[in-house]
Amino acid sequence: MSRIEKRFQDLKAEGRAALVTFITAGDPDIATSQSILDRLPAAGADLIELGMPFTDPMADGPSIQLAAQRALAAGASLAATLEMVAAFRKTDNSTPIVLMGYYNPIHTWGAERFAADAARAGVDGLIIVDLPPEEADELVPHLRAVGLDFIVLTTPTTDDVRLPAVLANASGFVYYVSIAGVTGTASASESAIEEAVSRIRRHTNLPVCVGFGIRTPAQAAGVARLAEGAVVGSAIVQAIADTIGTPATVTAPLALVEELAAGVRAARR
Amino acid sequence: MQSLNTYRAGPDERGHFGIFGGRYVAETLMPLILDVERSYAAAKADPAFEAEFRQLLSQYVGRPNPLYHAKRLTEAFGGAKIFLKREDLNHTGAHKINNCIGQILLARRMGKKRIIAETGAGQHGVATATVCALFGMDCVIYMGATDIERQQPNVYRMKLLGAEVRPVQSGAATLKDAMNDALRDWVTNVHDTYYLIGTVAGPHPYPAMVRDFQSVIGDEVRAQILAQEGRLPDSLVACIGGGSNAMGLFHPFLDEATVRIIGVEAAGHGLDKAHAASLSGGRPGVLHGNRTYLLQDNDGQIAEAHSISAGLDYPGIGPEHAWLHETGRVEYVSVTDTEAVEAFQRCTRLEGIIPALESSHAIAYASKIAAKLPADHLMVVCLSGRGDKDVATIARALGDIHLGGLV
Repeated sequence: MSRIEKRFQDLKAEGRAALVTFITAGDPDIATSQSILDRLPAAGADLIELGMPFTDPMADGPSIQLAAQRALAAGASLAATLEMVAAFRKTDNSTPIVLMGYYNPIHTWGAERFAADAARAGVDGLIIVDLPPEEADELVPHLRAVGLDFIVLTTPTTDDVRLPAVLANASGFVYYVSIAGVTGTASASESAIEEAVSRIRRHTNLPVCVGFGIRTPAQAAGVARLAEGAVVGSAIVQAIADTIGTPATVTAPLALVEELAAGVRAARR
Repeated sequence: MQSLNTYRAGPDERGHFGIFGGRYVAETLMPLILDVERSYAAAKADPAFEAEFRQLLSQYVGRPNPLYHAKRLTEAFGGAKIFLKREDLNHTGAHKINNCIGQILLARRMGKKRIIAETGAGQHGVATATVCALFGMDCVIYMGATDIERQQPNVYRMKLLGAEVRPVQSGAATLKDAMNDALRDWVTNVHDTYYLIGTVAGPHPYPAMVRDFQSVIGDEVRAQILAQEGRLPDSLVACIGGGSNAMGLFHPFLDEATVRIIGVEAAGHGLDKAHAASLSGGRPGVLHGNRTYLLQDNDGQIAEAHSISAGLDYPGIGPEHAWLHETGRVEYVSVTDTEAVEAFQRCTRLEGIIPALESSHAIAYASKIAAKLPADHLMVVCLSGRGDKDVATIARALGDIHLGGLV
């Protein structure tokens, strides 16, 4: 059983949803980012999305764009991201890590070789923003071959006709992008999320995690009542940005994660 | 050279030219991209759409524009007979308007009310703002802050035409970053917005669609040179940023084996320094919806391009060019900033035609090879736009600080 499958099974037994936290690998520098990453599970993160920095993050709002710029300026790279995961795995062999980002760095690495190297480092799955099902064939078989999940994004514009094709490649969980827009901007209403999640459930038995626009413990709790997971990214990344150059660069994002986790854990399903 | 029955059949149904092209976009945009594809296929098959496109090209844009025998350049270059395809004489002053007319008709057909576009030199932004004024649509243009600085006259033209020009500060604040922000806008306003891409790049069907609309350039050249010289040209030369004027000129001639075809990229300060020559100095990657040649580092991070010409200052190239490069059908070469500025001055002084800095790259390369060719060699150079917008840049490049500040 994969770490992702095991984690959702355990959470189901606990009767609660997952808190999925996003940080950009290497933001604001690799050592600080590693400290934050290593402490995320203790702060309450159930799954971790680790952003692969890219120069042209077309689906991201300002917070995550700037995080990628900081990381790249500090020497982050795809190789450094895998090294961070491998270091994390020395102390945590149960928290799933999903890499999230854009396709070009993986294309450069070579899809097949990257899948093998990511699996070896302890990665559990990939979310590639600019690889829709129409182009996913060049990556997905390589992920399958090494037991990595391809986590698909569904959006408010993914209609019932298109959903089966999108979900055909899916494993691990389904990431529902709750707004048409970039990260860290608008938020969807709970009723819109509820409707969308129930629509996705008609097509798949995979857990559904909801992201984009979730910033507060109350919002995370609201989503946790409707789906198997709530994803928070920009708010955590902003907590890093707001404290750069102070000792709070590690503690501030973790404090936010603790609050978010308390919200999610209070929301019984 | 790879042997093919035709070079004009692409792309395939998934938008691929060989391994290039495709649809590498966020899922939010995929349904809309598929809708654009379906709508364009229907429009293409509709004689009324074609008729309205042709009528506007004729009465609004002023087509056909001349294929001009440039006697003084011919004499100065000392060899091949040089013809200039006068896209600079189009309404708005460049080839960009051809594509904008086609796409605004498509946007209207799709019921879209709001148009967004990216622009580098501002020519595509001006052309987009123009057709939006003509069709009464809201228009938002994304333009890098660096480009706004060096292309002020075009920025003001866009504003006069009723467009909102949004400065883009991210990255190097040039064309690549403007395209990122346009994509972010599109993903946010997917319900009512049409993205009017200005070059033969982006996700399928844009590379093929923009090529189709720009092919009027090559179609006219074919008819004009047959009428003027009684035979096909021996060579074609065009500049390439994304590559839309080049693709429009080249495509109707790709299957004419006797026609030598040359695309000229911007070598900036030189290929070993900062430049914008994706084919000469890049390798395949995925950006802005398509697989193509990109300037990038070993980690797959996109490099900043450099060209004195804002319209060529882009680290990628249209996917069909990438494919034509790999098949060997088209030769891709490059010209430096300095060479382009020299060609700009030469064309201006000898022909009384002020060419765009982009087009000056094509003229510069023509000047390099023309002398070695016989006097009966017919060479068509695409004068893709006029250079009024570049006067301040040229003044700065020539060290005329006073004028550079004035204009």
